[in-house]
Amino acid sequence: MWSLILNRILVAVPTLLLVTLFVFALQRLLPGDPLLTMAGEERDPAVLEHLRHLYGFDRPLPVQFVIWLREVAAGNFGASLRTGEPVLKLIGQTLPVTVQLATASILIAMLIGIPMGVLSAVRKGSWVDYLANIISLTGLSIPHFWLGIILILVVSVELQWLPASGYASVFDDPVRALQTTIMPAFVLGSGLAATLMRHTRSAMLEVLGLDYIRTARAKGLLPRAVILKHAFRNALVPIVTLSTLLFGQLLAGAVLTEQVFTIPGFGKLIVDAVFNRDYGVVQGVVLCTAIAFIGLNLFADVLYILTNPRMRS
Amino acid sequence: MTADASTDIILDARNLTRYFGGGYRFPFGEMPLIRAVDGVSLSVRRGETFAIVGESGCGKSTLARLILRLIEPTGGSVRFEGREITGTPPEAMRRLRRDMQIIFQDPFGSLNPRMTVGALIGEPLSVHGIASGRERDARVREMLRLVGLRPDHAGRYPHEFSGGQRQRIGIARALATRPRLLIGDEPVSALDVSIRAQVINLLEDLKAQLGLTLILVAHDLAVIRHTSDRIAVMYLGEIVEIADRDSLFETPRHPYTRSLIDAIPVPVPGARAARTLLQGDPPSPAAPPPGCRFHTRCVYAKDICRTDRPALRDIASGHRVACHLAGELQAHTLPAALETVSAARQRRVALFAGAQGIPASNA
Repeated sequence: MWSLILNRILVAVPTLLLVTLFVFALQRLLPGDPLLTMAGEERDPAVLEHLRHLYGFDRPLPVQFVIWLREVAAGNFGASLRTGEPVLKLIGQTLPVTVQLATASILIAMLIGIPMGVLSAVRKGSWVDYLANIISLTGLSIPHFWLGIILILVVSVELQWLPASGYASVFDDPVRALQTTIMPAFVLGSGLAATLMRHTRSAMLEVLGLDYIRTARAKGLLPRAVILKHAFRNALVPIVTLSTLLFGQLLAGAVLTEQVFTIPGFGKLIVDAVFNRDYGVVQGVVLCTAIAFIGLNLFADVLYILTNPRMRS
Repeated sequence: MTADASTDIILDARNLTRYFGGGYRFPFGEMPLIRAVDGVSLSVRRGETFAIVGESGCGKSTLARLILRLIEPTGGSVRFEGREITGTPPEAMRRLRRDMQIIFQDPFGSLNPRMTVGALIGEPLSVHGIASGRERDARVREMLRLVGLRPDHAGRYPHEFSGGQRQRIGIARALATRPRLLIGDEPVSALDVSIRAQVINLLEDLKAQLGLTLILVAHDLAVIRHTSDRIAVMYLGEIVEIADRDSLFETPRHPYTRSLIDAIPVPVPGARAARTLLQGDPPSPAAPPPGCRFHTRCVYAKDICRTDRPALRDIASGHRVACHLAGELQAHTLPAALETVSAARQRRVALFAGAQGIPASNA
């Protein structure tokens, strides 16, 4: 297993290089120059020239990229062009916000999706199955931002049960954290619950058709034990893998929901940075997301090995 | 097979029927109705080895599962030790499973890959409240020893064993609760030929040792020839012949049984030529032929066979057959060609004997 982890880390290096190169190139292809705003109203060519030289934008692009890489390797992610704050500090501020939201979302998705998937597989073809399918399709079809807006309208504006926006860390203020996180987490989780439910259902159906389920029934086990101990435990592998990948997606992809609920998270940071051509911030954030995604993938693989006796050597 | 009062019937199946499919399913239209098991009746005596034989798809595995109620019958009844089990409520049925166990065909798929062998064998013990904790572990080790595996194998996972070993694990698992009836659903057909005899002998030994009643399902007569007391031959969901082992092998009455016997490999050169082997595939159980279901492949078929369905009838003591012509057809004689030797073979033997310098008659 250690060789697998080492192997993955080695493979991760070229992957990260490619990702950053891609993002670097794409950004520079975008029209717009961040220095124009810095140069003020007059846009004095001399000032512009000076700024370009100061930030190194007068060098050839490949050289700029290599310089950035060298600095990052040394732990220096640079600063925001707009606010002058260090990129690492910005990430440090926003990442916990998004991690909290993503964790709550995936928990909600698992709590809804997995039991629903198991139930619809066990009662395949019954009204429970159809109902679960309808719920999951509805969950998949409703746009997140729309659901978010409706929830704010009903729960916050009309009923005034929960705050419409804001953020608090669980570690500082658990009650307020729950109040502010539960709605956006439900919005994100409901969509993922549908995906999880579909996968849980098919994984369960596959396992339930296997011979050893028949063996378990022939042993005289309680139906509940057959389903949970023999079937569900074996169906869990794809479910865990998928959950981990979905979590990775949540880290990078909660942009719209964070906008609707005005949560100062990762998604908001990257969108703002792209609009402002804040090159350093975008690259830093993308690098972080990629590392997180690769790390989560590795985590899923390790879990797979740990839960599968055939993979343990 | 009319059971007199003195014989102890452990299992009695009456008119067991199981259909699959059928009905209208949107948007595929009418689904074909598969008559997997179509009105099977049989009685198994306590302590005997009862074999069920037939081609692939004849419904023998379905029958085995119906007997244990691992699938629900469409019709008919099963009595185990005089107790009707077809209508038994789930909880009582679950407790009954302690007394009736099954070994499955596939030694690879039938063991949960995530559980150790010890957990697999021990599970029925705790489920039925037979043993727990250290007592359970001791029982598991005892079972492993009983089937010829090492007690310290309990901590390993199924994938660490060979096919034959896995089937032994399956046997240990089935026997852990000390059942009175054990069904082997083609217990050796997934195994290498070289270890089939081992497993069959093991089953026979255990049967004698533990006082089991054994029902063996097989797709050829070769495997069960030496082990069974009575044999039922199935064709397309029906029993076509049922008899004591010797009676069946010496005087098979149904043409299908004859072809099954003829299909047993004979280790005598030249014997192959005299055998009448069955041609073609069995008809689909979704559309069984009218009359006798075997008439499409039967060399003796007459008009009556194409229209009237023959009933299972007594033809000799303990020998029942479902064939219109069973009385008319001569008692089947085993291939006479076993003794006659072809001219070509005689020539070869003479050549070989000449080269070796021994008399040809000894070769």
